[in-house]
Amino acid sequence: MEILMAFVIGILFMCATYLMLSKSLLRIIVGTGLLSHGAHLLILTMGSLKRGAVPLLGENASSYTDPIPQALILTAIVISFGVTAFFLVLAYRAYQELGTDNMDKMRGNKGND
Amino acid sequence: MSLLHLAIISPFLLGILVPILYKLLRRVHAGWFVLPLPIFLFIYFLSYIPITSNQQTVIKSIAWIPTLGIDFTVKVDGLGLLFALLITGIGSLVVLYSIYYLSKDKEQLNTFYVYLLLFMGAMLGVVLSENLIVLYTFWELTSFSSFLLIGYWYDREKSRYGAQKSMLITVFGGLSMLGGIILLYLMTGTFSISEIIQQSNEILTNPLFIPAMLCILLGAFTKSAQFPFHIWLPDAMEAPTPVSAYLHSATMVKAGLYLVARMSPIFAENGLWIWLVAGFGIVTLFWGSFSAVKQTDLKGILAFSTVSQLGMIMSLLGIGGAALHFDSINDSYFSVATVAAVFHLINHATFKGSLFMVAGIVDHETGTRDIRRLGGLMHFMPITFTIAIIGTFSMAGLPPFNGFLSKEMFFTAMVRVLEIDFFNLETWGVLFPIIAWVASIFTFVYSVILVFKTFTGKFQPEKLAKKPHEAPIGMLISPIILASLVIIIGFFPNLLSNTIIAPAVSAIMPNFKVDVHISFWHGFNTELFMTIGVILLGILLYKTFPKWRKVYRLFPEKFSLNRLYNSILADSQRASRTITNRYLTGFSRTYLLYLFAFFIIILATTLFVKDAFIIKTNNVSSIHISEAILALVISIGAISIIFAKSRLTSIILLGAVGYTVSIFFVLFRAPDLALTQLVIETISVALFLLCFYHLPKLKKREERMRFRITNAVISVGVGAIVTMIALSAHSNKLFDSIAQYYVDNTFEKAAGKNMVNVILVDFRGFDTMFEITVLAIAALGIFGMIKLRLEGGKKNENQ
Repeated sequence: MEILMAFVIGILFMCATYLMLSKSLLRIIVGTGLLSHGAHLLILTMGSLKRGAVPLLGENASSYTDPIPQALILTAIVISFGVTAFFLVLAYRAYQELGTDNMDKMRGNKGND
Repeated sequence: MSLLHLAIISPFLLGILVPILYKLLRRVHAGWFVLPLPIFLFIYFLSYIPITSNQQTVIKSIAWIPTLGIDFTVKVDGLGLLFALLITGIGSLVVLYSIYYLSKDKEQLNTFYVYLLLFMGAMLGVVLSENLIVLYTFWELTSFSSFLLIGYWYDREKSRYGAQKSMLITVFGGLSMLGGIILLYLMTGTFSISEIIQQSNEILTNPLFIPAMLCILLGAFTKSAQFPFHIWLPDAMEAPTPVSAYLHSATMVKAGLYLVARMSPIFAENGLWIWLVAGFGIVTLFWGSFSAVKQTDLKGILAFSTVSQLGMIMSLLGIGGAALHFDSINDSYFSVATVAAVFHLINHATFKGSLFMVAGIVDHETGTRDIRRLGGLMHFMPITFTIAIIGTFSMAGLPPFNGFLSKEMFFTAMVRVLEIDFFNLETWGVLFPIIAWVASIFTFVYSVILVFKTFTGKFQPEKLAKKPHEAPIGMLISPIILASLVIIIGFFPNLLSNTIIAPAVSAIMPNFKVDVHISFWHGFNTELFMTIGVILLGILLYKTFPKWRKVYRLFPEKFSLNRLYNSILADSQRASRTITNRYLTGFSRTYLLYLFAFFIIILATTLFVKDAFIIKTNNVSSIHISEAILALVISIGAISIIFAKSRLTSIILLGAVGYTVSIFFVLFRAPDLALTQLVIETISVALFLLCFYHLPKLKKREERMRFRITNAVISVGVGAIVTMIALSAHSNKLFDSIAQYYVDNTFEKAAGKNMVNVILVDFRGFDTMFEITVLAIAALGIFGMIKLRLEGGKKNENQ
């Protein structure tokens, strides 16, 4: 499973990078979203998958999955949401002010190059 | 911290107070707050004279960066004390003068005095530091304060040009000096000057010795405006005149001389040192005096004259180094040059300081410094005229003023060069007295021009902006004190000889006893005839000046050093702009490309160099068919976003990927993550759609994203690297997880049963708190972007 996930993560990172290198602001934001999904899965995979029970003491299991990656990811999900929201509003405002979501056209001083 | 350290730091401390006092007491000229400090420091340093004249030194040290061998060690010896007295003494007079020179209503006095105090403290630090790194730090601070003071009237184009020029040249030299200091450290393992001097015999044959010498000399030459680096000094005259008198004549430009004197015991045993220091000095002496004659600005004459006199002292220090040379026969025979150097250093500060102040008075009272418009001021300003006569005659080397004495000693030293019998000096050395003599003639000519073109001749009131009159007494006090010193030292030179000169000389030449006695009359010897020749030829040249003026046309502006400097500056600016524009395109895409390319290169190299890429399949968990399907779904979803033609599709696909991730979380025993991810994903998609609604509808033409091969390569690279890292990280467990601690303690210490929650709110509570802070900042930012509008931006839009 870990090996399969490694490839899935690789694909997520690849698509995210490609999207982030494009001109459209919206595609860049979608790219960052994909990137954070990839990163979350990467952290989880590194802590080994499916070993033991859900990390709840009430389960009374003999072993539990590693809770630390989960705690880290929980923080990361919330932060990436904050960043995405900020970024989206930024794109929206940039469009309102500049009339475009194309990164190349946003450079006010150079006009339409 | 000793009193000595406090003395160095006190100008900086006062510099903090001055702006506050200035704001509180606007009616008082800010100079009055500053004046007591240099006076007090001067008296304080005077108290060291009994100590240093007994050939003793005072050393106080506080640790700064002891692990690197850098301590703030302060050492007072004869040489340091001489400079400290100059800095504080001339400093007091200059501050007093500036109170009358700079109007308190028109000028930004707080900044002026802060810069001046910054300089004073830094310069004291330079001359009293025993540690080379500390010295270097203060050295750069003096360049910095000089830059600020030259650019004091920053609204003038020429001030900015002069400030930049001085900064570039002196800091270039300063950096080279730092290189020299580091080379010295490599050879000796210490930054302490006295410890390096103790090892000077051992490092003499070290291959780094010559490079270190050259680097340090470059620092000294740029600072002391030696040819061909002198070009910054005339442009530095854009500074207010008190600054010119203080920094660019009496103290800062002498820091290079100080450095050469300080380093003489280390380097002077090598003949190259003597050639370089004396050679550059004598060329500077000639070129400075020769160029001064053609100047028409009073301060321009004084600037080139300063260049020339600095060259003279430099050459004396070089010749004096012969006494330190290991095979010289009669040491004290050559040490006269060093005595002359120290003596002239003092004399120059007195007469040049007074002359700068005179130039300032003339400028202040007539509105011009151009000698073609001046003339006949003698009757309007008798006191200023008297001061000017004393100063210029001393500068020209006429008796009975102090300049005559040091000029005679200078000739003596130069004539004795003929008897140095090593390092080719026996053949080429004959040039030294000849150049010295010719340069002295030009010195005489410009001195005479300076005083007579200004104060005698025809008075031309129509060319003056103001009606000239004598300066206020406050402005005259400082030059009068300096001019009296010129006369007093001239008549009683031995007041200084054993109190100040001898200790300073013995600091430069530590190993032998120095006996200084300066006398007025030596009989009819070569030196006296040289002086008489200077006077006669000088008068002749002054009278016939209009006839031979053409000589200066032989040096066309096109090939001048200034032209060279300007073109180097312009070219390097153009070149750096071209290079910068090439890689800084202004598109975030380009920068991301750099980042990702760097990411790939660094990580791939590390993985392969360290042989870290391993795949082990023995420790993997099983794959259920549903998981395989989900993996396929998430991969297809991600890839199809790239090819999505419409925005709506890509947003929906992103949502699909996100929900798949949360299903993965469920499968991987992470219920908290799954819940959070579901909620966040839903909100995100809603937000995306909301913004999507506002963003422009794309035309079909634009929607076709062009496929870029570079982007594709970089993306595949990033994906591959991340996969490899994930695989290696899984296969290479270096140590066990620390998870067991949480399993054991979650209930014991935090009384919770959900480990993830307990970690977040308890064990790692601060992380969560900062996470909330980040969210709050993002929320504030979003609120700001939506609700607040910049007024300025709106106005521009309307236009």
